[in-house]
Amino acid sequence: MNTTSLRAPPEAKRDAAFKQQLVALIPQLRAFARTLTGDPTAADDLAQDAMMKAWDARASFEMGTNMKAWTFMILRNQFYSEKRRSWRQTQLDQEAAERTLVAVDDPAAPVALDELRLGLAMLPEEQREALVLVGAGGFAYEEAAEICGCAVGTVKSRVSRARRALQGILDRGDYSRDGAAAGEAMGSILAQAERLSGAR
Amino acid sequence: MIEHMAKKSPAKGAPSLDDARLRQQAIGAKLRQMFDEVVNEPVPDEFFEILRRADARGSENGG
Repeated sequence: MNTTSLRAPPEAKRDAAFKQQLVALIPQLRAFARTLTGDPTAADDLAQDAMMKAWDARASFEMGTNMKAWTFMILRNQFYSEKRRSWRQTQLDQEAAERTLVAVDDPAAPVALDELRLGLAMLPEEQREALVLVGAGGFAYEEAAEICGCAVGTVKSRVSRARRALQGILDRGDYSRDGAAAGEAMGSILAQAERLSGAR
Repeated sequence: MIEHMAKKSPAKGAPSLDDARLRQQAIGAKLRQMFDEVVNEPVPDEFFEILRRADARGSENGG
């Protein structure tokens, strides 16, 4: 707090406080954007757009309320309002998926980061975002529900379905070890993910 | 939805409940790691630059 801000009009002081909080949230916004787009460049574009939308709408934000949830909601809305299919589709390289997914022998074995990224990318969008918000973003179900604009029960069921689906996808690496058609299995997963995300 | 669900008999090597829980924990830990890795990246200067410009613009217009 310096002397200029003390002499500044209340709006300017409020703006400064808002800006400080917003800046502190940038790393989180980037991470959330990355999980939505799957692409670092597109994610930063999205995060910057969301940051600016939040800044422009700062007058409507009630200081002292949950700015993280508020900005995540803005980012999410921004994501869905933009052309997003192209981002996701370039990510979903089926051959890369087949190459990367490997069998799991030990259930406690660490999950490879690349596998998880691919697995996450295959989930229907509404499941992916619910899982990321609750499982990584540190949001309560109630907050995630607000961000996604749906009922708390819906978030709970999406998270639980996402967990099961993700485990299924990651464990499906077993197919290739048995000599069964991993490509076929992966193809159907991709087709299903595509159908579900297209059905919105 | 999935027809072969009817064959409920556990296949050889099917994961037990405990195994499934361990798997979920491993996946959950990795998910957080994946997210936190991005959180811990340095924020590109572009972000601050954009915000600084917007702030300056706002002040010029009288807030």
